[in-house]
Parts: sequence; C-alpha cells; structure tokens
Amino acid sequence: MLNAKIPEGPLEKKWKNYQEHCKLVNPANKKKLDVIVIGTGLSGAPAAATLGELGYNVKVFFFQDTARRAHSVAAQGGINASKNYQNDGDNVFRHFYDTLKGGDFRSREANTYRLAEISANVIDQAVAQGVPFAREYGGVLANRSFGGVQVKRTFYAQGQTGQQMLLGAYSVLMRQIGLGHVKSYNRHEMLELVVIDGKARGIIARNLITGEIERHSAHAVILASGGYGKIYYLSTLAIGSNASAAWKAHRKGAFMAGVSWVQFHPTCLPQSGDYQSKLTLMSEALRNDGRIWVPKLKGDDRFPNDIPEEERDYYLERKYPAFGNLAPRDIASRSAKEQIDAGKGVGPNKNAVYLDFRDAIKEYGAEEIGDRYGNLFRMYEKITGMSPYKQPMMISPAAHFTMGGLWVDYELMTTIPGLYAIGEANFSDHGANRLGANSLLQASVDGYFIVPVTIGNYLSNDIRTGKIPTDTPEFDKAEEDAVERLKKFVSINGTKSAEYYHKQLGKIMFQHVGVSRSKKGIAKGIELIKELREDFWQNLKVPGGIYEVNSELEKAGRVADFLELAELMAHDAYDRDESCGAHFREEYQTEDGEALRNDEKYMYVSAWEYTGYGKVPKLHKEELTFEVVKPSVRSYK
Amino acid sequence: MNVTLKVWRQKDSKSKGHFETYKLNDLNPDMSFLEMLDVLNEKLIHEDKIPVEFDSDCREGICGQCGLTINGRPNGHHHHTTTCQMHMRHFEDGDTILVEPLRASAFTVIKDLKVDRSAMDRIMQAGGFISVHTGSAPDANSLPIGKMDAEDAFDSAACIGCGTCIATCKNSSAALFTSAKITQLATLPQGEIEREKRVVAMVDAMDAEGFGSCTNTEACEMECPQEISVTNIARMNFEYNRALLLGKK
Repeated sequence: MLNAKIPEGPLEKKWKNYQEHCKLVNPANKKKLDVIVIGTGLSGAPAAATLGELGYNVKVFFFQDTARRAHSVAAQGGINASKNYQNDGDNVFRHFYDTLKGGDFRSREANTYRLAEISANVIDQAVAQGVPFAREYGGVLANRSFGGVQVKRTFYAQGQTGQQMLLGAYSVLMRQIGLGHVKSYNRHEMLELVVIDGKARGIIARNLITGEIERHSAHAVILASGGYGKIYYLSTLAIGSNASAAWKAHRKGAFMAGVSWVQFHPTCLPQSGDYQSKLTLMSEALRNDGRIWVPKLKGDDRFPNDIPEEERDYYLERKYPAFGNLAPRDIASRSAKEQIDAGKGVGPNKNAVYLDFRDAIKEYGAEEIGDRYGNLFRMYEKITGMSPYKQPMMISPAAHFTMGGLWVDYELMTTIPGLYAIGEANFSDHGANRLGANSLLQASVDGYFIVPVTIGNYLSNDIRTGKIPTDTPEFDKAEEDAVERLKKFVSINGTKSAEYYHKQLGKIMFQHVGVSRSKKGIAKGIELIKELREDFWQNLKVPGGIYEVNSELEKAGRVADFLELAELMAHDAYDRDESCGAHFREEYQTEDGEALRNDEKYMYVSAWEYTGYGKVPKLHKEELTFEVVKPSVRSYK
Repeated sequence: MNVTLKVWRQKDSKSKGHFETYKLNDLNPDMSFLEMLDVLNEKLIHEDKIPVEFDSDCREGICGQCGLTINGRPNGHHHHTTTCQMHMRHFEDGDTILVEPLRASAFTVIKDLKVDRSAMDRIMQAGGFISVHTGSAPDANSLPIGKMDAEDAFDSAACIGCGTCIATCKNSSAALFTSAKITQLATLPQGEIEREKRVVAMVDAMDAEGFGSCTNTEACEMECPQEISVTNIARMNFEYNRALLLGKK
C-alpha cells in the first residue's frame, strides 16, 4: 500500500505540524553526512546550495558545462506567489484551489496547499539574491495575471523570469562551491543508482570528457533531473533534457506516477523539415490579440492573405465563444491537432494553424501591436524569415511540461528510502495539468524549502553510519551494469544513429500518446514502440569509444531509456479510461467534445512499479481524498 | 543550397588541431546553423566517420551553451545573436564556411568545437552573489527599488554567460562578463553591503584565470547576444577604484 505520509491536522496546519515534529540533525553531525544532487535547475541548484549552507557535504552532478545552463533558464512567463500585493482578494487558499482545479483534481490536497503556502517565501528569497523582478514606479514589485486566473499573482522579469530565477539560484550555488561546502561535477552523467540494503546510497557516473566511470557514495540522493518532454523528440525542451536519471531510479524500484500527463503548448513554431531539432515556444501572450484560424477548404493552398473572411474557420472562437482564442492550453492544442488531422493544416508541411494579427493591427495600429509583441515578432522573423506584420504567424502544438514523474510522498521521498525527487522530476503538485507560472514555483519550493527540511528527518538515523564505502558488491554490480551497457552501445555497429531512433519514437508518441489518445491508438503505439526498441538494439550505430568525449554515446543511452519510458507512458494512458487535464481520451468526451472525467473510478494517482525489461509494469493506486475541496467540472464554453 | 565547410577537428585538449573539409548539398535555408551541423554529423556517422563534437542545449538563445567561431567571428556575421539563432538563409548558396571553436586564452579546447569555459564559473564563485542563505530573506516589498534601477539591473543580469565577449576580444578579456554581474549587484540595494569586497574579489579572480585586460575596443558589445553595454565595464572600473580609495583591498 502506498503511504503518502500526509501529516495530521487541518490543511493549513499540516506543514507546520510536520516541521514541529520532524527529526533534526545537529550542526556537528551534518558534517558527517553526504548528499548527492543530480541536476542544477531551479530545484537542484537551490537544494544543493541550501544543504551546503546547512552544513551537509554536497556533491552536485550535471551534464552541461556549467550549472547555469539547466533548462529552467528558458521559462518565460513568470512565477506565482499568493502574496496579495495587489489587494485583489488573493490568498493561499485561492492559489491552492486554482492549482488543484487546474490539475483537474488529480493531485494531493496537502502537497498542493503547501506549494501555495510557501510561495511567498520564494519571492522574498529571490529578491534577496538580487533577482531583478519588474517593479512599479514607487519601487514595489509588479504583478500580472497569467494562465486565466482572476487575480494578479505572477511575478516576472520581462520575458526571462526563468533565466533570472535560475541565475539567482546559480549565484547562491556558486557561493557554496567557492566556500567548499558543495563540490561540483560538471559534464558528468548519472548512469546508475546504487541501492544498498534497500536504501539509496550512491551513484555511478560517467565523466563526459574522459569517459571514466566514477563511484560516488552518499547517505541520500536527490534527483532534480527535470522533465522528459523531449521523449517526443520535437518539444520546447533543451537538446540534452532527458529521463535517464529518473528511469535508472525506476528500474531500481522507484515508482513512477501519472507518466502520461504531458502538457502540450499550443503556440510553438511548426516543424519546417526533417532536420529540425526543437520547436521554439512563442509566448502565450500572443493569443490576447492574435486570432487563430484555418481555411475552411481542405488543402487550400492560397496565400493566407488571399483567403477571404467567409472561407476562414476561426475554430476556437466558433467552438468556445466565451474564451475564444484564450481557451486553455490543452483545448487550444487539441483543437489545432484536430484541424491539422482533418487535412486543414497550413504551411509547406500542412502541420500548422494561423495566428493572425491582421485585425488587431487594423484596430490598434502596427505601432501599438509592435509595442506589445515587437520582441516576439522579431524572434519569429529571425527564425522563419517571415514578418507577422505582413502575414499570419504559423503555430503548432509541442510537448512542453511533464506533470508525471517519480512518485513521491509528502516528504518528496520516492519509494526507495533515501532517494528524493524534486522539481519537474517528481509528479506531485500539478495533477493532470499544470497552471501557468506554477512550474518555476514548484521547482523553487521543493529545492529551497521542502527537501532541506524533510531530508533531515531521514538523515537523523544515519549520524552513526559513517562514510558509505564504494568498494562494496552493490557498487561493483552497478558499475559492471553501467559499463556493460556502454559496451553494448558501441558494439552493435549497425546502420542507424541514436538520433534516427529518437525521431521515430517522437513520431510514434505524438501520434499515439500525444495531444489526444484512444485505446486503439495507444495499443498500436505500444506495438510500434516495441518494434522500434527491438530494431534499436539490433541496428544502432554509435561511432567512437567509451573512454573519450562521445556525444553519440550519450545520446544512445538517453534514447534507450526513452524507448522504455515510452511504453510505460502508453500503459499509463491506456489504463486511464477517462479524460482529465492534459490526458484526453477520445472515447471519453461529452457531446460537445469536452473532457469527461470519471471521479468514481479514477480518483487516484497511478503509480507504476518496474517488473523487468519489456514486461508489463505493475499498477499501484494512491487513492485521492478531498477533505476540503469538492471536485468540480471544468467548463470553458 | 550547397555549402563547403572547413571544420576545426581536434582529438583532445593535448592534440594538435586541423581543418577538415566537408561538402553538404541540398540544405534547406530555413535550418539553423547547428541543425546544419546535425545533418553533417548524420552524414559522417553513415560514412563510418567520427562526428564533429560541439556544444548546444536550449537552442533558443538563452542557455549560453552553444558558441562557435564562424568565418572568424564568434556566432557568425550577425551582430547580437547566439550560434543557435543563426540560420542558413544568412549564407549564400555555394559559400565556403570556416567553423572553429570559441578562441580565448582562458578557454581550452576539449574536443573539436567544444571548449572549457569553467574559468567563468570561478569568477562567479569569487563574488558573483549576495551572501544570503535560504530562509533569512525579509519581505520582498520591504526594500523598495526604483523601476529604472530594477530595469538597469535586469539589463546587466540578462548576460547568458556564453563567452562571446571573451572570444571576440583581441585580449581575451572577461571584462564585459564580469562587469555585468558587478553592475547588477551594485545597482541594487541588496548588493550594497558587499559592494567593495565583491568587485575586488571578482577582478582578482578574472586576472588569476588568465583573462586579458580590457583596452576599450568595445568589440564585446558589438557581438554580445544580449546587447550588454560596455558602460558595465566603466561601472566596474569605478567600483574597483572606489574600493581601492576606501582602502578595501
């Protein structure tokens, strides 16, 4: 039975109760305890720095050349905090409720409440670090409304909030590294988790410059390795973003939960050719003035400006008159895919829809529209060579954020004692869909304020353990497994690159476990994934060797893990006979095409246990109970 | 379009490098420069050759991990762009393109086009922060900061740490990179307390890492993807001299 270890007491007292009663480690003992952190994004960097400040010995590992590259850097919009600086009726409860409702009531009340409760501290912390948030003339912080909520609780630093939050975290991490409290391992990748007597006790890592395989032991391991949206190949994620650390933990016994819940962002640039490596996100703000449409006629090849008004289908305005072009991300993404699948896609590859500023320019003038979106229009023109002032933009949905991840309890511990998962790597707070500007928040809250407290409760039992030796049979075995796998990659010597398999997998996932799913489609997807995986192990080609710089070898490892995770995602989507949040099952919709949730049967978190390579995973259910909030049905009509 | 590439190949930091010539045909002008290199690597893998190593991550101009010297200029002939935001349409059909790593005395070539820029991290470790630990922050609005000051601090803080300024500079100076952080934190009241200590420590670290001196050619500002202004360098010099006058060194 899964136990989320939710503390006793009313919702607003749970975190307080926890902190009043959890065990502590005294400063002298902290020096005797080692902690490993994987990743330096907006949860890993804060966790490593904060644990260093507290006096633990911290080692932090990341594959990029410096900690400041982690993909949190790319978040644009902002970060939510219910400080109620605007006096518009915001408070912790509303923030909690909006998050829970946005997640379609598929997350834990207690975790979600804590997210809102701690949000204010994150802003204080960032400002103290020198993060230059937007300000009013009087010198106080500015806020905006984001993601369709009715209050202004989003703090922002132009369109680079993620960058500024991350650089704040990076700065405190650099300070701890300079002081010698944290040791940093850049260009390192975790290859295995080492479990001793059922506890996470270290990792096997590969030095990506020399190729050397290293053993690192610790009393606890924290995975802050981010989301796995890159499994779709084309996504808004960074090229190196991967699921490998999480997947290695899964293979060693950590359950994964809600893995098929993936948010697709509707306003990304479409794919222009087979060579394409990523889909750039264009801010959602564009939908405030742009009108989305496709030609009514299938395969209409005319230049968009030549298509008369009556032959255009402004499908979002038609289907959702109340919200129109501002319909939530999942609805906008799904509707776009429907149009594209119906043969009404536009552009050279027929894979996009128009986002048109013609009417807005007519109404407000090109100058005013330039003031609002000038930088985005420039970015669009830089990438596509086309000017949105002169012709409609072309946009399409792309994989963006994974709500699913490693199952964690209230303490953010996985089902392996001593192994924690924080930030996007865990499943916890967002339920089946994430509210805009809550991702930077969740990463920060986990890293700065939760895991540094909860880890003490666990490590207090380890103060007499002493250094964990690395010359044990468990380390031997883990290293052997890691090396054997690397050797396998370079010895197949087939004909196709890792990139080829990744692209094929992306296509399968987008088609069968993507924006909308059906039982039949998913079953087909599972078949195709298995075939592709078999082909991968037969025909992969990795040039070069193990003990040198070898990006192809790194890619092969990540793709191999994606090929397994893909099947788990498919099982998760197959099992859930309902539509909720970002998970839209075609069989479960209302007559109007709205998502049909099934609270009676599916009010649980699906937590999956690994049962062996290629075997059907085992489902464990964590029932969700709502004591404070009554789940309601979402409607955007 | 068709292009001829002359790419810097270097086995590791200890080996000598050389240029290899590759021809690529039927490229789509809409592809980015890095996607063109992806195509080259795919071709090399099929020909049983070792692909070209280069760094990139976000590929949307914000993470700072990419960076190549293209035809002798960091990130190519467009001002204010990262390498990932350069597209093939900015080249002519039939062009010969020279591709090298970012060159600077403090950057070591790891392999081919990958360089070690960790010296930049060490400058940050010397003082690129405000010494505040988690949990000790006062309420965010307890310290009002003028809108213009906040925006100025943002302009300095926008640095992506890519190293373009250093690779562009004939002296391999890290002045623009270092001064941007010093200026950001000196502009904000939170950074006031450690102001003198910070500038002295960071400038000393910059020298210790082997970066050259700034001779005010302003080439860095011309190429910086984030358009960080050289006035940051003036501010750094002011802050340094001020610290010396106050006897803080």
